Amino acid sequence: MTADKNDTKDSASQGGEKDRNTVNRQKKDAQPGWANGLRQLYDSVVEEELPDSFKDLLSKLDGKN
Amino acid sequence: MSETERTASEKADFKRELTEVVPHLRAFARGLCGRPDMADDLVQETMLKAWAAQDRFQPGTSMRAWTFVILRNAYLTDMRRNRFRGDFDENVAERILTAPAGQEEPIHLSDMRRALLTLPPERREALLLVGAGGFSYEEAANICGCAVGTIKSRVGRARAALSAMLEDGTIPKRTADDESAHRALLEELDEVAAGNGVSLPTR
Repeated sequence: MTADKNDTKDSASQGGEKDRNTVNRQKKDAQPGWANGLRQLYDSVVEEELPDSFKDLLSKLDGKN
Repeated sequence: MSETERTASEKADFKRELTEVVPHLRAFARGLCGRPDMADDLVQETMLKAWAAQDRFQPGTSMRAWTFVILRNAYLTDMRRNRFRGDFDENVAERILTAPAGQEEPIHLSDMRRALLTLPPERREALLLVGAGGFSYEEAANICGCAVGTIKSRVGRARAALSAMLEDGTIPKRTADDESAHRALLEELDEVAAGNGVSLPTR
């Protein structure tokens, strides 16, 4: 996933070569609970069925210029 | 206003892509302002603005990133008008998130939402983009019109604050001072509006 890639990049950019593994481990230990929850919070909205008001708006767009 | 008139097929492509990102716009907006009703208003405003500005969208680039900039700017404009008060919907039904393996206490979605809304807006925004939306730091920096290092710092601080709140169970009831909390973001908007930002599709 993109987010995992970001975490890795984040850790890699934070410290020198020596600290990298430690930082990675700390991040993995410190974050899993809510980091996953944050994505679920976002995804739960993404997965909601689109209200009719949005479908109506989309169907009206073609008439607007 | 428009530079080149789009063909019917280009317009159809634009509309299809716009339609595809609407759920993401809703998720981002809800994370930003916390109120589902206001978030949806914001998304509809964004859709209309995006549609009106479609000639400035470069086909092949990220529709999600492009529309997020529009949504963010609309949000900040509304913030200036005090339309949002960093408020959140207290009545949202509480849903329990599935506990990740090894996690004893499941995190409540409502706790996460509340904790998120106590963050200063610029950190909340950065965390939403990177931690929830899956944008890279570079993409998030482009959306916010600020330096990559700034985004990294905001995300880092946001993560630290959320960890402290969620793990210790010390989530403040409300944003302490929303007015001052928005100052940094508004100052940044001025920069972006002045043409110093990296990506402002409506410029």
